[in-house]
Amino acid sequence: MSSVSQPSTPVWKRISQSRAIWPILALVVILIVDGFISPNFYNIRIVEGRLFGNLIDIVYRAVPTALVALGMAIVIGTKGIDLSVGSIIAISGAIIAWRIQAGDNHVVILAYAVIAGGLCGVWNGTLVAFLGIQPIIATLILMVSGRGVGMLINLIYGGTDPSFESAFLQGLSTGSIGYIPTRILLFIAIFIALWLVVRKTALGLFVESVGGNAAASNLAGINARRIIFVSYVICGVMAGWAGMIMTADTHTSDPVSVALYIELDAILAVVIGGGSLMGGRIYLGMTVIGALVIQALTTSILISGLPPEYNLIIKALVVLFVLLLQSDNARKQIVALFRGKHNE
Amino acid sequence: MVAEIDQSACIEMRQISKSFPGVKALDSVDFKLYPGEVHALLGENGAGKSTLIKILTGALERSTGDIWVDHNKCDFRTTGDAQSAGISTVYQEVNLIPAMSVTKNLTLEKISGRFGYVSWRKARTMAREKLKRLNVDIDIEQPVGSYSVAIQQLVAIARALDDDTKVLVLDEPTASLDAQETANLFAIINDLKSKGIAVVFITHFLDQVYAISDRITVLRNGKKVGTDLATNISRKDLIAMMIGRELGDVEAAFSTKGTGATGETVLQANQLGKKRTLDGFDLELKAGEAVGLAGLLGSGRTEMCKLIFGAIKADTGNLVVFGNSTNRTNPRNSLDLGIAFCPEDRKSEGLVGELSIRENIIISMQSKQGWLKPISRKEQERIADEMIASLGIATPDADKPVGQLSGGNQQKVVLARALASSPKILLLDEPTRGIDVGAHAEILTLIRKLCEQGLALLVASSELDEVVASSDRVVVLRDRAKIGELQAGSITRDNIIQMIAGTDNV
Repeated sequence: MSSVSQPSTPVWKRISQSRAIWPILALVVILIVDGFISPNFYNIRIVEGRLFGNLIDIVYRAVPTALVALGMAIVIGTKGIDLSVGSIIAISGAIIAWRIQAGDNHVVILAYAVIAGGLCGVWNGTLVAFLGIQPIIATLILMVSGRGVGMLINLIYGGTDPSFESAFLQGLSTGSIGYIPTRILLFIAIFIALWLVVRKTALGLFVESVGGNAAASNLAGINARRIIFVSYVICGVMAGWAGMIMTADTHTSDPVSVALYIELDAILAVVIGGGSLMGGRIYLGMTVIGALVIQALTTSILISGLPPEYNLIIKALVVLFVLLLQSDNARKQIVALFRGKHNE
Repeated sequence: MVAEIDQSACIEMRQISKSFPGVKALDSVDFKLYPGEVHALLGENGAGKSTLIKILTGALERSTGDIWVDHNKCDFRTTGDAQSAGISTVYQEVNLIPAMSVTKNLTLEKISGRFGYVSWRKARTMAREKLKRLNVDIDIEQPVGSYSVAIQQLVAIARALDDDTKVLVLDEPTASLDAQETANLFAIINDLKSKGIAVVFITHFLDQVYAISDRITVLRNGKKVGTDLATNISRKDLIAMMIGRELGDVEAAFSTKGTGATGETVLQANQLGKKRTLDGFDLELKAGEAVGLAGLLGSGRTEMCKLIFGAIKADTGNLVVFGNSTNRTNPRNSLDLGIAFCPEDRKSEGLVGELSIRENIIISMQSKQGWLKPISRKEQERIADEMIASLGIATPDADKPVGQLSGGNQQKVVLARALASSPKILLLDEPTRGIDVGAHAEILTLIRKLCEQGLALLVASSELDEVVASSDRVVVLRDRAKIGELQAGSITRDNIIQMIAGTDNV
């Protein structure tokens, strides 16, 4: 709507008006600041046949959040939200520990984890799409109960010690293929698969259409309920993958505290990536950037030597700043502030 | 230069205009209210009734024009300003809080006493007084939601009325009331009238207009058609004022109809209907003909289109499409059968504002193909460019968000979407609503062209002359029922108005 009339080079204009610029800029700035804090920040070396270094570490640690955020991006695209992702992770972790104790093949167990996530998504999707419960309430139900379900699953086999040993899962956690950590490769594979499903079929367009205007989409022939349902199932499956990696990291199922607040990080990642809670748009790539921004922040605070108590507050401030940059309104006011008040 | 202010009027609005991006909602409208009169404000959807009321009540700011309240020039910036000037409104959707008691609803804004201390005793007294004005006797401690809609309506009116209320605006107050409840409401309105309060009454029930109103003002397309005493306007004249604009140059050009030569029957509805929505109706559509759908607001025009399209599920009758009887229940199946629908309300039911023009155009076609067979980007661009060219959509490129287009161009995008799904039967609900004259003409030409290409069209319109000009056959609706059809030779304004007015002429 706003007609821009300042003379500036078209290239700069196009870049500065692209939504993608701000999160990427934030990420770059954080990484540059890190370079000042810690001179060795950018060093990457090979230890035990695997790449090591802060940059790798950020990507490595961001994987679970990024996986969850990708699913969240699709749900948010339908104008929904999924608060239960942390609980889904707890459930899939409990199922992994249980089936390992039961002696199943470890590759089959992976399938269990993902299917469990999918079933949780079916539950959420049914509540939201077919029973018409508001997303925030519908997913709150599983958010609250899911960790309890995880603990019940732990009880199935006695439950006092849900820890386990698994070379296969260990490989997912700390292993590498070539020099690259396995989980990063796994993430890339999942990302490409998801991108193909969303962008190379009409699913993404349908999700955006339903999120933008469900009534109009229905009249255009889209089964809005089915699309919303599917989006929650996808979100559940993504949380299932994340649960697998997080459980592999800890060698145990800890339904009470695993992935606590991951839903908030995931929502933040989507929003930093340019998604709107009003629905209507999905930005998969930018969501990953959003997850990296959040992880880069956490890592920088750790290496800066600040007490970890500052972590959440600084994170909040940076997130606020990125969101202000994305808001046209706020940006204009900030620019006006710097230019003085001569134009109104 | 400025004419004298009418000394006896309590409200005078002069030359009120209001523009929204892409559309002029009100164009130099004059409106006067006298103390103790019931003034009916009539017009179709989009005529400008609610815009005028919102300007009167301070909910919207006018673009130009002046308002006098009791001969004092006023400038309302908020609804509070208007309320303190004695103008109260009861909107169509009752603005009460259902879970709160009647007392609290009635006294909500007024009860905070000194230091925020609330005297519930005083509040109850105040609530009783307010209800007493309307002679309503109910338990004021019960939550509002536990009462019938009719009682809620009265509570809303009681809340709107103050000692110094001069003007009461009632927006469709009878929409969900039965005959007895309506009669009760009218008794109350008459009582208010005798106390010198001016009542603005918005409705689409003509019987009620004549039952209660002293004067009538009719709006059309943002302009005032006329104001007169109710006794001076016959029912036929009134209908003509609401939907029967004189044939302008634009429409005249299209009154050259097709030959009327029509093909085989493509669609047949047998007693298709839904309780409380539209009585069962029979309808036949033939290839290459345009059937007009005429009737007043609320007569069931939109419902007929939606029943055929499956957007409203029918509970009686069936539909035969290309000789096959179907049990279609949803829009997607209709698209598969070759039926496409352009909804009346572009913003809420037509377009996905965030998506681009291209995406909006191909989305029906895509949903027809299913999500697994995506239309390639290249193909999408080809279809979008083709549609933009053939419908003359004014846009620099197809990737602009559709929300940024003007009304007429948005309407063309809705039409383009329907056409892209390659329909055999096209249902158009108000295809020319709220668009400028030029786009209006283009869309009428297009309808004619589509007919010649062998499409069967059903065009619902509140523009009587448009119906007359562009239809091969006209279906007339009244009070949620089909009351008849007019064949090629007998389609005239007068015949349609006569049918809508019925035999019970006033």
